[in-house]
This record gives sequence, structure tokens and C-alpha cells, in this order.
Amino acid sequence: MEIVTIIFVVSGLFFFFAASIGLLRFPDFYARMHATGKGDTLGALLVVVGLAIYTLFEGGFELESILTSIKIIFIAVFIFLANPTATHAIFKAGLDSGVVPWTKEGAR
Amino acid sequence: MRLIATFIILFIFWMVMAGKFDLFHAALGVISCLIVTYLSGDLLFKESRKGRGKEVVRFIAYIPWLIYQIVLANLHVARLALSPKMSELINPQLIRFKVNLKSDISKVTFANSITLTPGTITADIVGDEFLVHALSQPVADDLLSGEMEQRVAHIFSED
Repeated sequence: MEIVTIIFVVSGLFFFFAASIGLLRFPDFYARMHATGKGDTLGALLVVVGLAIYTLFEGGFELESILTSIKIIFIAVFIFLANPTATHAIFKAGLDSGVVPWTKEGAR
Repeated sequence: MRLIATFIILFIFWMVMAGKFDLFHAALGVISCLIVTYLSGDLLFKESRKGRGKEVVRFIAYIPWLIYQIVLANLHVARLALSPKMSELINPQLIRFKVNLKSDISKVTFANSITLTPGTITADIVGDEFLVHALSQPVADDLLSGEMEQRVAHIFSED
């Protein structure tokens, strides 16, 4: 079961890594929102699910470890709800304050 | 009826969070859940109407497909971010398109699904017009194919 945890956490870290690289490389504010807003959501989700599985099996399905796992899953659910909403809010604030989106044609 | 349902849900949540099943903690839970139900019991279930159960079942069936799409799209964005030829592959654009969804809840579900799938962010909803920012051409085409919209419409029986 540790292997499953390792797979989850490592793939989560991969998405975090890709999101950070994307944050540095994408051309403008809006494109960077794509990298951080969503790469982070999936990354955090995978890491947290991996930890929940680890707690569940390490605790040997005792009541206490099951409760801890449920709490960890709740963290994942709330990240899942809050992150897109926050991304949308920041994005809309950018549009409203008149940041011009980068386009391919504009770059040439 | 709504208040009782709210109270039961709050109390289950309390017990899971407390993790101790003795009389003291249960009594504390009952007191605080009663206070919360009294103060804001009308928030959780706004109005009861028919077909709610069917919507919940269909929504749960929709989640695995959504997660699959999120993973696919995340891999796409990760590939873009790590690719050395990034500036040729991406094509950021704002797209404006009409949807056929009617109720607020289905529009919100659709908008949040769009934002969750990487490469697309919902910027604004005006009436039934969505303003979406797409990172590259493939994700924009994916969105405009309308598959996700149909699935959301199916959840709320609007197709």
C-alpha cells in the first residue's frame, strides 16, 4: 500500500512542479493563472489523497485512523471548491482593472 | 423538516470532526448544532422541489468523468509548461459563446467545471453568454464541442 501512496504523492509533486515552471514561463497574467490555479488543485488533491490512504492503512483501519482519513479528504474537497472560485475571482479582477490579455498576434 | 435535516447533517459532521463518542462531546455537539440550525438553518436547503434526489445521483455520476477530464487537461498544461517550444504551442484567447442552460445552479456547475479543467477559466457570465479564457487551441476546441455542457444539462434534466 505504501507504493500507492508514493505514486499519489510523487504525481502530485509532479503537477506542482509543472505549475511552478508554468508560472515562470507563461507570457502574461492570465496564462499564469492557468498554471497556478489548476495545477495546484490537482497537485494538492493527489498529495492529500495519498496521505489519506497512508493514514488509513498505517492505522490498520482503526476508528481513529478512519476518522483522520475522512478529515484529510474534507481538506481535499474544500480545496476543490475554493481553488476554482478564487481563480475565477482573481481572473475577473484582472479583466475589470483592464489588464490586456497576451495574444499570439499581438506578440508578432 | 428542512431544519431537522440540517441539524442531522451538522451533527454527523460534528461527530466525525470530534472523533470522541462520549456523552460530554455529544452533548456539546447537540447544543452547538442547535444554535447553528436556529441561526442559519435556512441556508443549506433553500427550497425543496421535486427531482432533487435524481440530480444528486446524476451529479455524483458526473464527478468521475470530470476528474478524468481534469487529469487529461492537467497533463496537457503540464506538457505545455515544460515544452521548450511553448511559445508556439500556446495560443491564449478569450472566447465568448452562448449556452442553452437555464437555471442558475446548472450555469454555476458548468462555470466551475470549466475553471477546474486546466487551460480554461470562466471570466464572466452575462445572461446565457459565457466569457472564457482558453490557453491553447485544443482546449478551446474541446470546450466549444459542447460535450461538457451536454453532460451538465443532463444532470439538471435540461437537455
